[in-house]
Amino acid sequence: MSDQPLLEEIQPIQLENGLQVMLKEIHTAPLISHWVWYRVGSRDEIPGKTGISHWVEHMLFKGTPRFPAEEVERDISRTGGLWNALTYLDWTTFFQTMPADTIDLALELEADRMVNSVFDPTEVARERTVVISERQGRENSPGFQLKEALRAAAFRVHPYHHEIIGDMADLKTMQRDDLYEHYRTYYRPNNALVAVAGDFQTESMLAKIKALYGDLPPGEETPRHSRPEPPQKGEHRLSVEGPGETTIVEVAYHTPPAADPDFFPLLIMDSLLSGPTGLNLFGGGGISNKTSRLYMKMVEEDVAVDIHGGLPATIDPFLYSLHFIVHPRASVDEALVVLDQEIARIQDTPPVEDELNRAIKQARALFAYGSESITNQAFWLGFAEMFADYEWVRSYINRLASVTPEDIQRVATEYLRPQNRIIATYIPNGIGTPRNA
Amino acid sequence: MHNSSFTLLKKSSLPGPDDITRRVLENGITLLVRPNFNTLSVSVSGYLMAGSLYEPLQKMGLADFVSSTLMRGTETHSFQEIYSGLESIGASLGFSGGTHTAGFSGKSLGTDLEILIGSIGEVLRQPTFPADHVERVRSQLLTALDLRAQNTGEMASLAFDEIVYEGHPYQYPNEGMPDTVSAITRQDLIAFHRRHYGPKDMVIAVAGAVEPERAFQSVAKALGDWDNPEQPAVKTVPPAPALEKTTSRHYTIPDKSQTDIVLGAAGPSRSSPDFYPAKIGNSVLGQFGMMGRIGEAVRKNAGLAYYAYSSLSSSMGPGPWTVSAGVDPEDTERVIQLIVDELERFLSHPVPEEEFADSQSSYIGKLPLALESNAGVAGSLLNIERYQLGLDYFHRYEDMIREITPRDAHRVANTYLNLHHLAIATAGP
Repeated sequence: MSDQPLLEEIQPIQLENGLQVMLKEIHTAPLISHWVWYRVGSRDEIPGKTGISHWVEHMLFKGTPRFPAEEVERDISRTGGLWNALTYLDWTTFFQTMPADTIDLALELEADRMVNSVFDPTEVARERTVVISERQGRENSPGFQLKEALRAAAFRVHPYHHEIIGDMADLKTMQRDDLYEHYRTYYRPNNALVAVAGDFQTESMLAKIKALYGDLPPGEETPRHSRPEPPQKGEHRLSVEGPGETTIVEVAYHTPPAADPDFFPLLIMDSLLSGPTGLNLFGGGGISNKTSRLYMKMVEEDVAVDIHGGLPATIDPFLYSLHFIVHPRASVDEALVVLDQEIARIQDTPPVEDELNRAIKQARALFAYGSESITNQAFWLGFAEMFADYEWVRSYINRLASVTPEDIQRVATEYLRPQNRIIATYIPNGIGTPRNA
Repeated sequence: MHNSSFTLLKKSSLPGPDDITRRVLENGITLLVRPNFNTLSVSVSGYLMAGSLYEPLQKMGLADFVSSTLMRGTETHSFQEIYSGLESIGASLGFSGGTHTAGFSGKSLGTDLEILIGSIGEVLRQPTFPADHVERVRSQLLTALDLRAQNTGEMASLAFDEIVYEGHPYQYPNEGMPDTVSAITRQDLIAFHRRHYGPKDMVIAVAGAVEPERAFQSVAKALGDWDNPEQPAVKTVPPAPALEKTTSRHYTIPDKSQTDIVLGAAGPSRSSPDFYPAKIGNSVLGQFGMMGRIGEAVRKNAGLAYYAYSSLSSSMGPGPWTVSAGVDPEDTERVIQLIVDELERFLSHPVPEEEFADSQSSYIGKLPLALESNAGVAGSLLNIERYQLGLDYFHRYEDMIREITPRDAHRVANTYLNLHHLAIATAGP
């Protein structure tokens, strides 16, 4: 096995109708993971139709004339396969990981439901309450409420302002024809990518994909909304009040998109501040962050109970977020003072090489762990194509390794400014105190 | 089309007697190793008989507190040194408290196995429970309990356990309650560790890029001379008490948008011959496809929940067999009725042959995916030892599942689930 399995080159293929195809043979287990990606997500939604991409994703599980929902669900499930779909800010994806000798079913299903999904009005009505229930479940979590309020404050103009699940008002009012039009607009071969990794021969897999998709008409170029967010001109602070005893804070800074050269220094900066995070979506596990700078200062000095950071890879500028639970005996202001001291330290003094090398070793280890999963490997093939290209994944480690201490100091100074951030605090009202034994 | 998607397991690719090595150290530690050089990493998992069963009721949460504090400092290394040693090589290690056992699980690159196992040995044998760290961990545990009190799913599960396991050790949550966790002293932690942590009945599983001999040497060096004459005998638990009638309980958590429902009874233990018939029956009931018959009734046909499913836990004792759903508070009674109706159908007639065969196939087909990662293999090796399944377990698995009949599942379901003796727990506004 190669030391860096991701560094292997993948030849991207494009069919005449615009469909992109990415294939990677892996023969370690008799499994194949198959993904179909669409360039549509909550970024493509306007007020009145927020949540439409996610709801459309649900409707693709309701069947086509050739593959009625119950039959296909049964046929995939009886193989023991893993199948699901995800809707994100910039993309929507459907996947199956199945025993290699049964994958044809998944290939046929996806090609068919790209164009032949029914959107039966009765099924739309049933799914409306399911999606509303999904949103209600999230609303139960203080973290969701905080994140939703923060995003709305961070993006006034750009569609990243609303949650992927959508606003309740829109979930109650959108109609079947709205959903169907969204589907017809974005679900077409020239807006899609098929990625397959696992135990197959490239030539025969490509022949199957060509046979299934080759005759589908491309359709017009799909529209993508682009209303750039104007620069923020001062710190925003907001609060959300609700039941409980726990104070939670999320601090978010506007940051550049994944394709920007500054994204990689920011990733290393995050690793130093709040600990390593990899690109693994399916298992592989993580690495703890107990020796990260913010954990050592905030948790070990009892101003926070826990802290995590994250820098999502997106098409447009998004947010670098730090999320922490305030220690019961500390105040929000005390915690923010310590946070700001650590941010000032990384802005004032470049980190030492050892710290960088450690972050690189952690990133390498996370990739090695994630590579054990065929599902992760297939995910990576399509994922980066949604906001950059596969080269982004292939060069990921090398680009991290080329980050210098001065780069980190520079991006910390440029992006971690108070004027560029939003501080959102969940203030508990003490209702629902935990009961004792 | 149905037959074309039927899969047969390739036994040669599954762990078995030819590639799992099992050895018992003189002090009682059992070690299982399964190499896999297709990967660069190695996963190590294990357990000791030091779960919450061994703690006094007034110190509920003690076993969990001990496992959460093990890595906070040892006789030779500080908290920062322990984590720095692991994190700087991209390794991870964590301990968790269960009901029967305290467990651990770690991961590193194969080249770093000795560091990982060395850390496991050190924190198991020489933890010092530094006073400042004990208080820090206590704050974290109490915060987790605050968050639990706001979580409708977790509080409904807690209410369910209180109904089904009244007076039984499974009544009590491993994490304890705010007052019991507040009452635990540093001396309690030290005393629990001294008495209950030891090599007897401990099991370690290693899977990944390592030769068995190297794994043995590493474990022998870290733990081979460990001894604890104080370790008590392994505790077992009694059967669950019988519920005299269907019993409902609601936890009010204000200002929530959704109510969680947990409904069911105690199921068979993992070692019972009833376990697999119940497991396949449960798949039909609330797992298969988009969550089985329960998912079809509650989500697909009625549109009343995003999640509605059933689950049967794998436990050394009579673990819970439950149906769960998250619903609009106004729909709670309606959904409970839909679930009870499905249970009635499930208990009245054996599942039709074809529907049953679907769940059997699904269970068989899932195996390669579950064993894809080193962590998955290590976890499965632990189960082989914990439940005495035999090293040829995965090779026998397909036949074992196929032999189960719908009548077996029907009989077993009626042994554990009874419409007039259900626990119905809810938590929400």
